[in-house]
Amino acid sequence: MRTDTTGRVVALHLAVIAVLVALLWILPDYHRGVMARVLVLSVFAMGYNLTFGYAGLLSLGHAMFFAAGLYGAGLAAYYPGWSVLPSFAFGIACGGVLALVVGFLALRTTGVAFMIVTMMFSQVFYLTTLYYTTWTRGEEGLVLGTDLRTVSLGAATLELWEPTTRYLVAVGLFSVVFLATMAIARAPFGRILIAIRENEERMRMLGYDVHRAKLKAMVLSGLFCAAAGAAYALLFGYVGSSFASIQYSILPLLWVLLGGAATTLGPLFGTVFMFYVVDVTSGYTSAWLLVVGVALILLVLFFPKGVFGTIRERWLKWLP
Amino acid sequence: MSFGPHLLLATLEGLVTSAVLALMALGLSLVFGVMRVVNVAHGEFFMLGAVLAWFFSTLVTGHPAIGFLLALVLSPLVVGAVALVSERLVLRRLNYDPEATIVATIGLLYIIQQLALTFYGPEARPVQAPFSIRIALPWFGYSGYKLFVIAASAAMMLATWFVLTRTRAGLVMRATQYDRETAQNFGIPVDRVYAGVFALGAMLAAVAAVLVVPISQAHYLMGLDPLLLSFIVVIIGGLGSLRGTVLAAVLIGVSDGVISVFFSPTLAKMIATLVVAMVLVFRPQGLFGTAPR
Repeated sequence: MRTDTTGRVVALHLAVIAVLVALLWILPDYHRGVMARVLVLSVFAMGYNLTFGYAGLLSLGHAMFFAAGLYGAGLAAYYPGWSVLPSFAFGIACGGVLALVVGFLALRTTGVAFMIVTMMFSQVFYLTTLYYTTWTRGEEGLVLGTDLRTVSLGAATLELWEPTTRYLVAVGLFSVVFLATMAIARAPFGRILIAIRENEERMRMLGYDVHRAKLKAMVLSGLFCAAAGAAYALLFGYVGSSFASIQYSILPLLWVLLGGAATTLGPLFGTVFMFYVVDVTSGYTSAWLLVVGVALILLVLFFPKGVFGTIRERWLKWLP
Repeated sequence: MSFGPHLLLATLEGLVTSAVLALMALGLSLVFGVMRVVNVAHGEFFMLGAVLAWFFSTLVTGHPAIGFLLALVLSPLVVGAVALVSERLVLRRLNYDPEATIVATIGLLYIIQQLALTFYGPEARPVQAPFSIRIALPWFGYSGYKLFVIAASAAMMLATWFVLTRTRAGLVMRATQYDRETAQNFGIPVDRVYAGVFALGAMLAAVAAVLVVPISQAHYLMGLDPLLLSFIVVIIGGLGSLRGTVLAAVLIGVSDGVISVFFSPTLAKMIATLVVAMVLVFRPQGLFGTAPR
């Protein structure tokens, strides 16, 4: 059964990446810029999906992992003037360490308490960015100049602020995380996470170390989210505390729910769709919060499995 | 002003915060206790109460007390009705599933916030206090209205306690909280109890909001901070424990007041939030609660 579908699954994922690369020549300038941003944010959504979708952990604090990457990379580039690659790596490491600590503490709780604890840790992170406002400039944020966002690899230089390069780098990062999620979802580890989501007690009885598996999922999720944050800082050159606010913990939840929790394609679809819905409606009205609110309620009432969750249930059972 | 009076002032300010917080947290705690629903939109019911208080107080002219009393009666009723409608239309259809209701109440939060922004606007607007008496203490004068807020909140808490422990409605609510299915078997209309409790919780938040608008103004983003603080209070106090909620509200309110006077308010909030997160991690039943059955 598993060997049967591997070819199809890999082909589908590679096709999605190929389409994204091809969009570089198809999309007009404006939409290419939007898509670069959407791809980075959908990496964030994929990180969220790993814990929320696969492991069934409802966290309302993932903004702190995104912001850890954002600030880790941004501050390292801004103050000591590190070059792009070390800053990026530092940002990811910050997210990983934070996820390890938060996961270790928060995973002692379950359900509603887990949601509240993660939300509170995230709020502490947000307040910290405001408290050290002399360094972070709070809501106003820091702007990274173009010189800080240029990579020199031997003879070649990569200008991350240049639209084409930016789009391709975003696709590159997306592809890495996308394929990693696919691999995790199909690996024994991914199946253990799904089994924990479905029946934690039974997994414990069967002798699995449930806490360890969940912690591993948290750290991986933190690394993905931090990678998105670090990439955001370096590609778009803006680092501000609004990215640590509770809103950025809720948005990935919305994106994942819309696209389909525990599907590899769902986060991408949800992010693209929501981004354009907000983009289009903001042409008519400034009430985009209303759109988000109504979308959340309608989804949870009538469409709890999301787009790809429903497709998998009805037609394509082999979707990871 | 020397240290002693300074501390007294900080404590009084803290008690005012506690009074408002206790009412709001009580609403949150009731909803969680009886329905097992975490109402993330609770802060927005608070905000809605404040905005409506401003609206009702502008409808009448004359003595400020008339407008205030009108707001105190009408604003909780309207908020209760909004809560009732959203409970019937959304929460009931979700079968009160804990995670689905969290997502749905987040949606509700955004909808109420956006509607307030659209129809009320981004400005902060004050409501005039019903009376302006200053109580002269030996070191400083203190607003009589703030003392009234403390008294009013205490009276509301006592009333809620009386309803919960001494009336039939309270008995029905406690029975539903204790064991939903057995209550249903004994002919308690659990469905209607849920609707009532959700509306009641929202109304308590609205009363707290009406009391607070003469002190701090009504603004469409005012809901988030009290929401987090009431989560803190409910957790420290132990979910579903009335006495614990009051004790925790006083503890959090006064320490918040005292720390904010002597240190930065952001730092105070950071420390309080972190401490509470740790309490929840290491002592999930709260400081005053007992372990759940």
